[in-house]
Amino acid sequence: MAHILSITPIPLLSGILWLVLLLLAMYFARKPFHRSMASFGRIIYNAMRLAASSVKLAEKRIQIRNQEVLMTAGLELAERKVEREFDRISDAVRRDLEGYPKVQRMLSEDLLKLEEDYQKSAEIPQTLPDWVKVIDAIANIKPTGDRMVVNMLEEIHQTLNEQHKAAVERHRRDVAERHSILSRMLPFWRNVKKTLGGVEKSISNLNQRSKKIDRYMDNYEKTLNQSETAARQLSSSSLTQFFISGVVLAVAVVGAMINFNLVALPMSEMVGGNSYIGNFKTSDVAGMFIVSLEIVLGFFVMDALRITRLFSIIGSMEDNKRKTIFWVLFSFLFILACVESSLAFMRDRIAADMEALRQSLAGIDTSQTVTSNIPTYGQMIMGFILPFILTFVAIPFESFVSSSRTVLGLLAAFALRILAFVLRLLGNLGFYISRLIINAYDLAIVPALWLEGVIIQKRSQAKDTEDSRDQIDREARERRRRAEKNAQQKEATE
Amino acid sequence: MRPTGLLLILIGLMMMTSCSQGVDRSRGVYMLLDTSGTYTAELKKAQTIINYLLGTLQPGDTLAVGRIDTGSFSEKDIVAKVRFDPRPSVANNQKRSFQQTIEQFVTTVKGSNYTDISGGLLQACEYLNEAGAGQKYILIFSDLQEELAKGYVRDVPFQLSGFNVIALNVTKLRDDIRDPKKYLDRVEKWRGKTEQGGGNWRVINDLERLESIFAH
Repeated sequence: MAHILSITPIPLLSGILWLVLLLLAMYFARKPFHRSMASFGRIIYNAMRLAASSVKLAEKRIQIRNQEVLMTAGLELAERKVEREFDRISDAVRRDLEGYPKVQRMLSEDLLKLEEDYQKSAEIPQTLPDWVKVIDAIANIKPTGDRMVVNMLEEIHQTLNEQHKAAVERHRRDVAERHSILSRMLPFWRNVKKTLGGVEKSISNLNQRSKKIDRYMDNYEKTLNQSETAARQLSSSSLTQFFISGVVLAVAVVGAMINFNLVALPMSEMVGGNSYIGNFKTSDVAGMFIVSLEIVLGFFVMDALRITRLFSIIGSMEDNKRKTIFWVLFSFLFILACVESSLAFMRDRIAADMEALRQSLAGIDTSQTVTSNIPTYGQMIMGFILPFILTFVAIPFESFVSSSRTVLGLLAAFALRILAFVLRLLGNLGFYISRLIINAYDLAIVPALWLEGVIIQKRSQAKDTEDSRDQIDREARERRRRAEKNAQQKEATE
Repeated sequence: MRPTGLLLILIGLMMMTSCSQGVDRSRGVYMLLDTSGTYTAELKKAQTIINYLLGTLQPGDTLAVGRIDTGSFSEKDIVAKVRFDPRPSVANNQKRSFQQTIEQFVTTVKGSNYTDISGGLLQACEYLNEAGAGQKYILIFSDLQEELAKGYVRDVPFQLSGFNVIALNVTKLRDDIRDPKKYLDRVEKWRGKTEQGGGNWRVINDLERLESIFAH
């Protein structure tokens, strides 16, 4: 700095000299600088606009892909629902139709019995003999006082009374018999009513299921037509699924860690506690492997049960093969659960032994320690149950994976949108910053520009003065010429 | 992402981690106990340290305890030694047995006339090198006041590269209280010897902070 200021004996003068030189240099470089800065700004602006439009294009592509993924997932879900309902209907129809001949036979038998009973109950009771009317007419003859007639009439009266009694008795018996037949019919009626009620229930059940299928088919069609409503519903549903399955998976991870802790220590008894794979103890890796194996087996079991569809090859197998695979996998899982339960027992023993040693090393008397078997049993039960519980991780895992495709797609689209905005912003910033720099440059060389302005103004003033002088001369010459012309015309006239 | 992809990533991670296999993480500890003169009274503290080591060392680690007496460069001066079995249950039994041996030693030990620390250090180096431990620790439970008997030569340079030499419970002698420089010189002398041999030197006098033994 001192060197720069020493070009003249007075540093201030040197500074001023440098400033003047700098201003001069900047003044002469003004136009190229303006051009280059303007080009630079334009380049940034165009490049950023180009990049932004390309990013925007990518975002559009991702959005289309998201839509496709969403619709595919929606279609798959709708297909699953319809398929499940058809399965249910198929089961119901099979069950009901299988029982239908039996129902029909029961109804026929009941109706036959009812008919028989009806016929029995319809039998008309025996009427009184015809001669009773004759006797009745005779009995109604007024007594004449003849003894013989009186006796005869009394006899007839007595006979009639007896006949009447017998008829009433018989009538009562017949009525009682018909009542008993009717009361025997009652259970058959009830039976028929119950059977018909079952049929009605089955039919209404089928009706409800068919309505449900109609609804699912509507949704399916909406999804197939890629309607806005369906897209919105599916998007919100997959976001919900993503968070819920994420929470469930987090819980499952905690469960897996507990499971891992149950098996890691006893595994050191098997594979040794001093060997390492990378930075991890071999026993820990072995424990983690067992837990992972259980989870993977769970995935396969759930696929074999067609609850999840992580491996389509398992789901698309023939039923017999699928069932065989399920039982094989289940056996493995059961064996692993038993192994883990044993390991949990071993862990408890090792931990107790270690604790005893630790206390002994610390000089604490271990004979007074109260021991209980409850933790041992608890650990064994947990060791047995946890592998089966972890099997169900496949369900939230599948949901998480399928919904994460949508969520990641949405996030990627959002990120690209932001990127496009930032790129456009940068382009504009670059453009306006270049203009700002140009203006700042001009501001820095204001004295030179002012001087230039003054010089230009003086030049133009001088030019203006010269121009006005020429004008005056021209006018004088014109006036003289006109005067001469007038004089010549006057002379010619004279 | 497909589950097969996840499995491939897991397998890849496993392979990557298995590539870094080969680092020996076993620890070898050799503890030298000064049994000379009045320092024998401090052996109860040494027993606490050994118990701490027994509680801390893992299956596969090595532990040996040797005494410092008139001529410490001898296998006979190794009081107890063990390489813990990889199985934790067996290692626990070994620890119990080791504890009993030390207990017996502490109750029956008799003080020696001289203090051959250098000989003990050489013996410790030899033992740990033979044991092939990944991390080697020599703990010197002594006041670091060496007194060699007549005729004992210990001007051998130490080969302590890769060793952590830790002086424990370096008590101040009566002369040290009068002139602390003596104490500082004594500690400095052993630091110099260790560092010249390529080892790391530390002093831990506060026995409540034993966890710092394996901190480095």
